[in-house]
Amino acid sequence: MTLLTVERIKLFSTRSPWWCMILATALTVGLTSIFAATTKPADLPTFTPSVTQFAFSFGLVVMMVMATLAVTTEYRFSTIRSTFLAVPTRTPALVAKAVVVALLAGIVGEITAVGSWGIAKLIQPDAPLGIDTAQEYRNVFGVGLIYLLSAVLALAVGLIVRQSAGAVVIELVYLLLLENLLPAIPRIGDHIQHWLPYTVGNNFIVAGQPETDDGPPAIEGMPFGPWGSLVYYAAVCVGLFVIGLVLAKRRDA
Amino acid sequence: MIEAQGLTKRYGRTVAVNDLSFTVQPGKVTGFLGPNGAGKSTTMRMILGLDNPSAGTVRIDGRRYSELKQPLRQVGALLEAKWVHPNRSARSHLRWMAASNRIPAKRVDEVLEIVGLTGVAGKRAGGFSLGMAQRLGIATALLGDPGVLLFDEPVNGLDPEGILWIRRFMHRLADEGRTVFVSSHLLSEMALTAQELIVIGRGRLIAQTSTRAFIDMASESTVRVRGPEMDRLHGVLIGQGLAVRDVPAGDDGPAALLVSNSSTEQVGELAGRVGLVLHELAAQRGSLEQAFIQLTGGEVEYHAGALAGTPNGSPAAGTPAAPAQPTGPLPRRTEAVDATRGGDAR
Repeated sequence: MTLLTVERIKLFSTRSPWWCMILATALTVGLTSIFAATTKPADLPTFTPSVTQFAFSFGLVVMMVMATLAVTTEYRFSTIRSTFLAVPTRTPALVAKAVVVALLAGIVGEITAVGSWGIAKLIQPDAPLGIDTAQEYRNVFGVGLIYLLSAVLALAVGLIVRQSAGAVVIELVYLLLLENLLPAIPRIGDHIQHWLPYTVGNNFIVAGQPETDDGPPAIEGMPFGPWGSLVYYAAVCVGLFVIGLVLAKRRDA
Repeated sequence: MIEAQGLTKRYGRTVAVNDLSFTVQPGKVTGFLGPNGAGKSTTMRMILGLDNPSAGTVRIDGRRYSELKQPLRQVGALLEAKWVHPNRSARSHLRWMAASNRIPAKRVDEVLEIVGLTGVAGKRAGGFSLGMAQRLGIATALLGDPGVLLFDEPVNGLDPEGILWIRRFMHRLADEGRTVFVSSHLLSEMALTAQELIVIGRGRLIAQTSTRAFIDMASESTVRVRGPEMDRLHGVLIGQGLAVRDVPAGDDGPAALLVSNSSTEQVGELAGRVGLVLHELAAQRGSLEQAFIQLTGGEVEYHAGALAGTPNGSPAAGTPAAPAQPTGPLPRRTEAVDATRGGDAR
């Protein structure tokens, strides 16, 4: 509990987390509102809750950057040494950091999701935006869970790489390029895609949603159902974080 | 108390710290002296559990750093002043450090008051001058009111006022019975600050001794003598097999003779025996710099055990027979050791 307080003080006593949170929310909700405002009346019947979440990756990337910086700036400014002086066993401090950062990312994720859905409903009150089925709940409220887990992933990469620029580049290249390019490999590409962590994580949100033109794309033939996908993604994120913990404990600070 | 046993740190093939064993006692300021790159900071990081030793152990009051519960209450450290997030205020920095070891929040304001940073507590630490950052680092070290304090090069880059402040501060901490361990490559500074010295060169222990004994045994002791009949005086001293050097008149004063490896008693008695008038008779001690370069320059020759054979040790100055661990109480030095004319008592 004490260490959670410590990490909370650390996170909120600099300004960049605040900016990241504002940016993540503004980007996602802003894009959704433009999308909603420009939707043609003919397309309104397909303007479902899942479509309001088409932009969630924008805020997600920003929050992942925040999570990465939460650990890499500690290395950059050597405050990690002060942290390890205060908590020489190291692991509890880093776990506390992960909990605080992930919770915050989760909350921001829910805010962007509900905000995006809400603004769409305000702009297009006639669209079928009711949240009734389990799938629709996952479409909107599931976004926060993906934010939360992705923050753990980003923190883990930061812990392993220990350098802001390096860690952020790795995350972006992987998320935006690699997971999109690997499936293009002939014959085996599809099989690889079904096991790519972020794609599987996304499947938690989009699995089983009706074919629409505009929402985040659902991929056919995924090995897991929605909750299985979430567990798989969580296992990858936590696994990577454990590797980060082991390295942080072994390496000289 | 800090005890190091066979402490070794290797980076690949480079040996940064080599089989280092020493003890730092409470109630005294112990200097950790060595040229740049001698392994001082690496040793300090190993004491604090930040770096893992390749071999050997170091214990603080009998326990490893990583075994300490709430370590900030037992050990305070200032390794680098800039271990602060530049966009965080001084108070926020201290607040999270305090919270991590359940130190009451009011202690934050106390230590800010002690180091004189109360006025800028809300300002971002990145805008601090080096002196202010150094004070913030000291405030961090004092946060848990610890019995053991480590400072790595605390006076680097400080103005004279800051240096004086830190020096007095460390003396006060030691007088309160705490263990104070200060590293520096500034020898004259250590002469003023430390009562005990642990000297290392290239990662190896060169000496653990009192500051006074270190200078005594390592630096050349000479006697400066002057009188109206210089030629006769010269002849008498040479006749006793002493090494005598002429010093022409200059900024240092009128012409005189410098006698190596002797004492004022010996020279005075020799002159008295032949009825020579003396106008000046003074012991001169070499500076810490000289002692230091002499010792670290010949690092291979002068490791811990070999010091007893130091050729220039002055027998009359009371150098202990086993200088590696002198036991007798030695007076604390209160005056600067001049770079060239040390303890000239004219």
